[in-house]
Amino acid sequence: MKFRAKIVDAACLNHFTRVSAMIAKLAKTCTLRISPEKLNFVLSDRVASAGVSMWCELEQENFFSEFQMEGISAENNAIYLDLTAENLSRALKTAQNARALKIKLTNKHFPCLTVSIELLSVSSSSRVVTHDIPVKVIPRKLWKDLQEPTIPDSDVSIYLPALKTMKSIVEKMKNISNHLIMEANLSGELNLKIETELVCVTTHFKDLGNPPPASEDASQERPPEQMAEVHIDIRKLLQFLAGQQVNPTRAVCNLVSNKIIHFDLLHEDVSLQYFIPALS
Amino acid sequence: MKCLVTGGNVKVLGKAVHSLSRIGDELYLEPLEDGLSLRTVNSSRSAYACFLFAPLFFQQYQATTSGQEALRCKILMKSFLAVFRSLATVEKTVEKCCISLNGRSSRLVVQLHCKYGVRKTHNLSFQDCESLQAVFDPALCPHVLRAPARVLGEAVLPFPPALAEVTLGIGCGRRVILRSYQEEEADSTVKAMVTEMSIGEEDFQQLQAQEGVAITFCLKEFRGLLSFAESANLSLSVHFDAPGRPAIFAVKDSLLDGHFVLATLSESDLHSPAMCSPELHRLAPPLQAHSTPHLDDFASDDIDSYMIAMETTADSEGSRAVPSIPLSPGLRPPCSPGPFSEDHEAEPSTEPGTPPPKKFRSLFFGSILAPVHSPPGPSPVLAEDSEGEG
Repeated sequence: MKFRAKIVDAACLNHFTRVSAMIAKLAKTCTLRISPEKLNFVLSDRVASAGVSMWCELEQENFFSEFQMEGISAENNAIYLDLTAENLSRALKTAQNARALKIKLTNKHFPCLTVSIELLSVSSSSRVVTHDIPVKVIPRKLWKDLQEPTIPDSDVSIYLPALKTMKSIVEKMKNISNHLIMEANLSGELNLKIETELVCVTTHFKDLGNPPPASEDASQERPPEQMAEVHIDIRKLLQFLAGQQVNPTRAVCNLVSNKIIHFDLLHEDVSLQYFIPALS
Repeated sequence: MKCLVTGGNVKVLGKAVHSLSRIGDELYLEPLEDGLSLRTVNSSRSAYACFLFAPLFFQQYQATTSGQEALRCKILMKSFLAVFRSLATVEKTVEKCCISLNGRSSRLVVQLHCKYGVRKTHNLSFQDCESLQAVFDPALCPHVLRAPARVLGEAVLPFPPALAEVTLGIGCGRRVILRSYQEEEADSTVKAMVTEMSIGEEDFQQLQAQEGVAITFCLKEFRGLLSFAESANLSLSVHFDAPGRPAIFAVKDSLLDGHFVLATLSESDLHSPAMCSPELHRLAPPLQAHSTPHLDDFASDDIDSYMIAMETTADSEGSRAVPSIPLSPGLRPPCSPGPFSEDHEAEPSTEPGTPPPKKFRSLFFGSILAPVHSPPGPSPVLAEDSEGEG
């Protein structure tokens, strides 16, 4: 198993740093899947039926000037590593003024992802910062739980409002109840509701727009006013929203009534899928 | 005693107090002939810090009033720090600071003369005390490195603020290496990330140390002096010896000097891999505690060597040249009385042979865990045994 990659472009480095910061907010430990074309950050949630609760994908050639990997075998040309997301994020943050950043899989007493940063320095001497991030190699037999999730057939698909706005509203709602109802329809309306014995609070978002349907008949069947609703744990939604520091290029929410909410985001060229199952 | 500080020096004084507050909870203030000395030591006696402000630092400096003996006092760090709490405010509003102490009153008076005629007077209660004096001599340390504070500030930047200990050493190609040090917890399955910063020799004003030497000390305490040095734009020098011997961090200019003396982890404590890959270099063998007992004649009288020798003089004209009487925190070496055995304080902590209180262990008592009469056997985690590729 081998993995070596290098980033020399400052913009790519900053983007990669932002992606890792986002992942660190979404998950404590996650799986990094390395394949010849892509890097994925995966969070598997064995409780939810979907299996995977987060799937983040980036095309390696959009970031790395050099990229070499060799999986565990020719047929299984991938590497799956478990790591603490915060470590990667912290390591990348120290690369603010880097001339070059190299990542490689090493074995220093235990398997590590070694991030080696050559800093620009005023004097002629070079400064090198190295971070050894401990990783756990995931055996082949567990790979099946870490595959790209299938996008569920949703009842309603809608564009999300500004995530920062959503976050500040959801934060206030959390003080009242942990049980949130998200509902949306094909007329571009989205509601966030909490209901307790004493009070009900609903926030209405209008004119959000709906993405074009996948197939013709699906859209014709469903009345545009009809809401699809999902009851979820508000903390999961808040964690997801807290991870979005920057406004995404595209943000779509797919609801499967009483089953699951699927968030499909695009941050420039990095795609993020996040699943929140319905409360049972 | 009466001292008057004016202008920008007030902020310098405030910054020094902030630095000292990172180390200890009590401030020892002593007006001497050669200046005003502010000292502190931490509770486990593993860190000592002192600043000496020369008479020229002050607009007016009067160490003793005629006929009276020099007064020494010990004040709560928290109280003294409160005077200089907000350095930004001090810089903007304080024009003069007057510190006075007379034998009859039981208060140390710190008066800040601020803009617009505002005068703030702090009356701080104090205790008479002995002179706090650590015995150390940078000239006795074989290894020195010196760099502008800015270089060292940049060097510690990649390390998380919460990191307790760091290893400083000389690596291959005479590069100065700083590496995060984590104590290995036997029960922990989650390993910590290791961060290493490597700086070229050219960034140092002085580098007198061979490849392979290294010491491990408390980063948080070091940051105290570093932030002072950065704000005053001074160079910081590090004088060190074998692992286990205290390291001396010093700053100096014409008006002041500062010294932080920190304990370092002894050889048997070190878990981190060698500075250079094993094929090229090994940690200098004479530094191992178990190979040449005579070199480390503290092998059986350990605590004292790892502890910074402290001296107290009840004597009012205690001069600084009084030989050191190390204050032991109470662990008696079980062997026959060494030169220091009478001076142990009666701290009821432990019996010899039992592991010392955990909080002291990391900086201090590493060798205590080893049997005293026979040299400690090689530990499986000693750096030079590592086979892994670098």
